[in-house]
Amino acid sequence: MDKQHIFDKPKNVTRLLVFFYAILVILVAIDFVIQKHPHFAWEEWPQFFAVFGFVACVLLVLVSKYVLRPLVKRKEDYYD
Amino acid sequence: MINAVHPALVFMAGALLIPLLKGKAKSAYMLLLPILSFMNLLQIPAGSHWVIGFLEYNLTLCKIDRLSMVFGYIFHIISFIAILYAINVKDDGQHVAAVLYSGAALGVVYAGDLFTLFIFWEIMAVTATYLIWARRTKASSSAGMRYLMVHLFGGLCLLVGIILQLHNTGSVEFGHIDLDGLASVLIFIGFGINCAWPGFHSWLTDAYPEATITGTVFLSAFTTKCAVYALARGFAGTEILIWIGAAMAAFPIFYAVIENDLRRVLSYSLINQVGFMVVGIGIGTELGINGAVAHAFADILFKGLLFMAMGAVMHQTGKINCTDLGGLYKSMPVTAIFCVIGAASISAFPLFSAFATKSMVMDATAKDHLTVIWFILLFASAGVFHHAGIKIPFFAFFSHDSGIRTKEAPLNMLLAMGIAAFLCIFIGSFPGYLYRILPYPVDYAPYTAPHVMAQLQLLFFSALAFTLLMLSGIYPAEIRAINIDADWAYRKGSKAFMWLLTNPMSKFGAWISRTVFDVIPSALGWASRNPVAILKIASDSLLLKFAVPEKRDEIRRRIQREKEIYPGDIIRHWPIGTRVLWAILFFLAYLLVNYLSGVKQ
Repeated sequence: MDKQHIFDKPKNVTRLLVFFYAILVILVAIDFVIQKHPHFAWEEWPQFFAVFGFVACVLLVLVSKYVLRPLVKRKEDYYD
Repeated sequence: MINAVHPALVFMAGALLIPLLKGKAKSAYMLLLPILSFMNLLQIPAGSHWVIGFLEYNLTLCKIDRLSMVFGYIFHIISFIAILYAINVKDDGQHVAAVLYSGAALGVVYAGDLFTLFIFWEIMAVTATYLIWARRTKASSSAGMRYLMVHLFGGLCLLVGIILQLHNTGSVEFGHIDLDGLASVLIFIGFGINCAWPGFHSWLTDAYPEATITGTVFLSAFTTKCAVYALARGFAGTEILIWIGAAMAAFPIFYAVIENDLRRVLSYSLINQVGFMVVGIGIGTELGINGAVAHAFADILFKGLLFMAMGAVMHQTGKINCTDLGGLYKSMPVTAIFCVIGAASISAFPLFSAFATKSMVMDATAKDHLTVIWFILLFASAGVFHHAGIKIPFFAFFSHDSGIRTKEAPLNMLLAMGIAAFLCIFIGSFPGYLYRILPYPVDYAPYTAPHVMAQLQLLFFSALAFTLLMLSGIYPAEIRAINIDADWAYRKGSKAFMWLLTNPMSKFGAWISRTVFDVIPSALGWASRNPVAILKIASDSLLLKFAVPEKRDEIRRRIQREKEIYPGDIIRHWPIGTRVLWAILFFLAYLLVNYLSGVKQ
């Protein structure tokens, strides 16, 4: 029998996720109290970087999966 | 008088002794080489040294200033780390090639003139090719050949550019070059090919994943960074570099998301990181150049660390594809931690190296109000976290358990990764030490509350996107497949070219030879039997076109008759006068030639 490892227990995975979501909430909260000195106006908008990061990554994945992959995917022996 | 030798010499001469040593002595000797080389370097004061006359030009073999010194420092650090990582490999050829390659990289950054630079540039291409071939697989031998071809082409551009530059300016000194005219464009492209500009990039993503486990660590450090150095010295402030760099930062991340081979994912992210450096060079302000150089310094360490971690996985499991890996944190926990440190560094988490270096480039774009570029780089920053920061450690060490149970990598590999990981954190936590050695004085503070906050938000919400896409199953499944890229043009292109040669081209060739050697001679032969009759037929045919309708029948009949009796004996009915006329013409020509030759004498 293989040794039980830390992420073999679903409980630990859930704990990690809860911890992760808690950090997100804290980050959103701190954003309102922080003093900003931006180069661009939009850097001052509340939660700008959070929204940008989330949207950017969702777009990145969707474009890669639904646009790029159908265009460039080939069988592994394509060049042989 | 300097008590030192040329900075590249310790490596390049030292490499040749490696095969003579055995066992522990060999390992110790190899580890001593970068240390000796570094001590030698410190003996050389700033300025130009070893100026030798070559033909009527002066070659400056070594020029030391702040820009070349930063690269000198990091090249010594990474060569020590990479040699430590590689000493358990039992292949003298690889060791010699890797050390020669490191030495040539030093030769490039200390070259005071373009010819010296070119010589070391070419040595790098050849030794790097050996590190790819040394894997000794079918894929590596053809990828190595393609690598060599691309780099020889790049080297040729560079050489022609240098010769033209010499012709135009009369000097081979390597300083700032204005991008005007063919010479500078060729040099620019020569550098750009090694820098993996979009369109010229696929040698990198093609060859690096096929090279040996340890060879890739060397490769990831030197070739592109030498190009970054060369661009920083020659083309700082060249505006088109801003756009080239932005494209480099943006497009590879899409490929990285769908790529299965984890070392290829890293190769794409290497281009993405070099993109940031190229943007900084294109901006050309002190902050931009400092940012580019600092980021090159940091990138060599964290990219080396990530390639070492993936190399360790490959070394222990023999596998490198996402589809075959997963759950390795159970049997390789130390490697997993080092990999996560590398991932945090490339993602620019606060306290990790890129946070203090990449942000200088971001700041330089913001200070110049390059809004579009700033957005592209911010997108690339989120994207790099996504594919290099999360994808690499997640699919190798966590994700679904692949069932692979193995041991930790050998001690020397772990030590090498440990040193790189330590330096990644050290640079991120105490950036002042790195800032002090940059080419220009640094007036930049990375650790401000809004910067830390903005970066944390960007990264954590990118991670949220990954988590939600993963949990919802939208994240693209790992697939056993390859993705075609720009190398398609010459890999399939060469086949298409061969097809073109064997099919339409060879038919065309056959048609040409039939026409030239068969149809035309026989037609001429036919025509020469009675040229006068041919002329007559031709003139009658022409007449037919313009004749009034009543005359046409008559002319047609005449042509008909002339063709029927061809070649005929018309020649016999030539009037005497015509023959006399010809004879007189020949005599005249003869006299003329005679007269003219007489005049000459």
